[in-house]
Amino acid sequence: MAADKNTDKKMIEEVLERAKKVSSQAEVFHVRRWNEPVGFEANRLKTLESRESSGMALRLIKDGRVGFSSTSQEGGAKRLVEDALETAPFGPTAAFDFPKRKRFTRIDTYDPSVEKHPMESMVNLGQTMIDRAREHEKELLCDAGVSRDVSTLTLMNTNGGYAQYSTSVFSVGVGGTLIRGTDMLFLWEGKSACNPITDYQPLVDGLIQQLEWGRDIASPANGVVEAVFTPRGVSSALLSPLMAGFNGKLVLQGSSPLVGKLGQQLLDERISLWDQPDLPFVPGSRMCDDEGVPSKAMPLIDKGVISNFLYDLQTAGQAKTHSTGNAHRGLGSLPSPGVSVTVVSEGEASFEDMVSSIKDGIVVERLLGAGQSNILGGDFNANVLLGYRIENGKITGRLKNTVINGNVYTVLKKVQAVGKDARWVGGSLKTPSIYCAGVSAATRG
Amino acid sequence: MDNNLRDRISEAMKGHEAQYIEVRVDSSESAYIRYRGRELEEVGRSSSGGGCVRALAGGGWGFVSFNSLDGLKDKVKAAVRNARLVGGEPIKLAPVEPKVDSVKRAVKKDPTSIPLETKKRLMDEYVSEIWSVPGISTSTVGYGDGKLRRVFANSEGSYIEQEKTDITLRLNAVVRKDGDVQQSGQSIGSPGEYSEIEGLHKEARGVAQRAVELMAAPQVKGGEYTVIIEPILAGVFIHEAFGHLSEADHVYEDPKMREIMVLGRKFGGKHLNVVDGAGVPGLRGSYAYDDEGVPSTKSYLLREGVLVGRLHSRETAAKLGEGVTGNARAIGSSFPPIVRMTNTYIEGGEATAEELISEVKDGLYVSNWYGGMTSMEQFTFSAGEAFKIRNGKVEELVRPVMLTGNLFTTLESLDAVANDLSMNQGGGCGKGGQSPLAVSNGSPHIRIQRCLIGGR
Repeated sequence: MAADKNTDKKMIEEVLERAKKVSSQAEVFHVRRWNEPVGFEANRLKTLESRESSGMALRLIKDGRVGFSSTSQEGGAKRLVEDALETAPFGPTAAFDFPKRKRFTRIDTYDPSVEKHPMESMVNLGQTMIDRAREHEKELLCDAGVSRDVSTLTLMNTNGGYAQYSTSVFSVGVGGTLIRGTDMLFLWEGKSACNPITDYQPLVDGLIQQLEWGRDIASPANGVVEAVFTPRGVSSALLSPLMAGFNGKLVLQGSSPLVGKLGQQLLDERISLWDQPDLPFVPGSRMCDDEGVPSKAMPLIDKGVISNFLYDLQTAGQAKTHSTGNAHRGLGSLPSPGVSVTVVSEGEASFEDMVSSIKDGIVVERLLGAGQSNILGGDFNANVLLGYRIENGKITGRLKNTVINGNVYTVLKKVQAVGKDARWVGGSLKTPSIYCAGVSAATRG
Repeated sequence: MDNNLRDRISEAMKGHEAQYIEVRVDSSESAYIRYRGRELEEVGRSSSGGGCVRALAGGGWGFVSFNSLDGLKDKVKAAVRNARLVGGEPIKLAPVEPKVDSVKRAVKKDPTSIPLETKKRLMDEYVSEIWSVPGISTSTVGYGDGKLRRVFANSEGSYIEQEKTDITLRLNAVVRKDGDVQQSGQSIGSPGEYSEIEGLHKEARGVAQRAVELMAAPQVKGGEYTVIIEPILAGVFIHEAFGHLSEADHVYEDPKMREIMVLGRKFGGKHLNVVDGAGVPGLRGSYAYDDEGVPSTKSYLLREGVLVGRLHSRETAAKLGEGVTGNARAIGSSFPPIVRMTNTYIEGGEATAEELISEVKDGLYVSNWYGGMTSMEQFTFSAGEAFKIRNGKVEELVRPVMLTGNLFTTLESLDAVANDLSMNQGGGCGKGGQSPLAVSNGSPHIRIQRCLIGGR
């Protein structure tokens, strides 16, 4: 990869050199990625893939307006300047300058052992997870995936700004389907980290736990109920509607429900949520954002109080504030503000205590169709793909043909308890279980 | 036809110990314009390209993707090596006649030949229409077009060049009042015909008016309702409720699923006929050959409510002993092809929409869409608009609803199909990390008894 890094740098410098002649400022964002997924289908190894890709995006400012182009084509660098120039006369008015060279605090996100990890161990890991799960339940039909990913990001601008860093990500996922008659139960566990994952036991245990709680179908849930959102339930149901309002762009345009609410206590004081891109070896951590602004840890919700919004350079310029280092971008579009690593503070209750204190309620693990409601307004409204019924302090089975409905700004005011069971869901979110009231449920009888 | 490229690929595929090898090469160009509020937020141009090799050897699949075609023979070798590392029982592919062809897509008004300035002027007009409605807090308008050239070659002698164009337009309006936010939107798409996204000024204004009306509308209580689903949303319904389960890769290696999805099983009434096919011309999911070089078809999935067919790749067709349908698709050169829908729709019946509505005493009329999801047995689809129906008449607007169903009960409860089939070209489909794939879906007005709706 070292040779590639130097060739990339030279190519970026050439593009900037040409862009400089026809614009006042310019920036190149370059990504090189290597990815090897191993796929299992129907209990057996099915595919081995190797993917390599690279591409870059050019942003330039001409006559005060932003032009943009990108390419992943071989030899595409030649047309980048021309394409960006064509868009600049129509582009948005630039409300920022590209940042000068900065000193970044180093944050480790690259572990060379991910690249060196033998393919054979990845295959063994996937097969072992499947075998262990099926030892518990032989009717289970399993899929699994193990993959490793190394990406190198290079950012350079004509004001001297420069950043380059690599991230390694190792991901493991295992799922099972249990079909009895026309009833289908879907189970899934997954995890990503910057280091190789070798301990499969927590994933298999998670799968078996879902299977045991979900094996039988419970009595219907109807009306307004109390609900425990597991860490995955928080991720699936609450997080997107909660985070949508913090996007500085939506605040600036007046479509966020949090407009004018900075400093106000909108949620229960037990709810605190930080963006923490400085945690080492966490996928999503980074020394700087995708425009070269240093990353920093920052509270978004502090004891229920709305504390900060997320900004990139352009949005910050328009809102007359500073970038918070939250620019995120892919190759094909301009940066946009977003959260990097989400950490929800732990509470004091155990999961068992929360369940045992509920007479009539539900546990929410995973929703189907959660992205289709009025997320921007804070709504979650979806089918419960995996969730359980609580009756008299005990989990009595799986919810089926059930929808739940609520609004994060309402239910997170009615928090009954926050769990002491915080864990990473996927790779970039750490959250405990949250127990709240005011969730509506309906079941087709 | 690019004979240079053809020779280069054919040379690279020679001399490997593999049962089957295929190479795909993509190159594409695209442009987009996005507005947030009254202001243009982003405008950009992109070019992308790359290739991939997929090989079947010794019972496994190997896949390699890249940006550069340099050293193609080594890349083929790597794909074969990956396949051999997998090992296992031999995999069969359904036989397909090798084809050499070059397919151009003819459009009257090609978006890639229209200046950016003209496109921007049209979008400016739509933005003005939205903002002509009092009470709007903000809006988003997004336009995108793209042209793709895809080359497919395999070790059986096929070499196919295909050109595709695609246009998408999304109009969205948002109203905020205190802490409450309501929005309304419309998505329009076309397989490259620019004139189809012109002249939508009334639609743009309608989106804004609807968002304002929604702010004042009440929310319905969750529970079971008789629903009349308008064609655009009913298209999303059939895509989620049945289309995905017709994709044979969900079935072919699962003995229990094969029992459930056995051909001849009855899922609905005699009035229910469901079709999928890229061979239905002129739609966003139409093409001549799929990404395994199989000619496109039109397949009945349900005929008179009975399961009569499903969608296949060469591997799933061989495994189930059924005919190929040409439904293996890849979103780009970094992905192998998987079984996907193309143009999926419910065929028209005999009743009129008015007749369907007039028989409903107390229910909901739902239209437009936010999206849909499926987990096979359970599925959801959400309406952008909903109205109460009382004594056979569509009455006041209520807030958008999320509808959910179960494969085994909801299709049975679909008790009437109208005669006004209409196709929705504004959607995209996601599966296996490949999203959004251009598809279309459609339906006439349909009625479902006891449909579960989420609400407070």
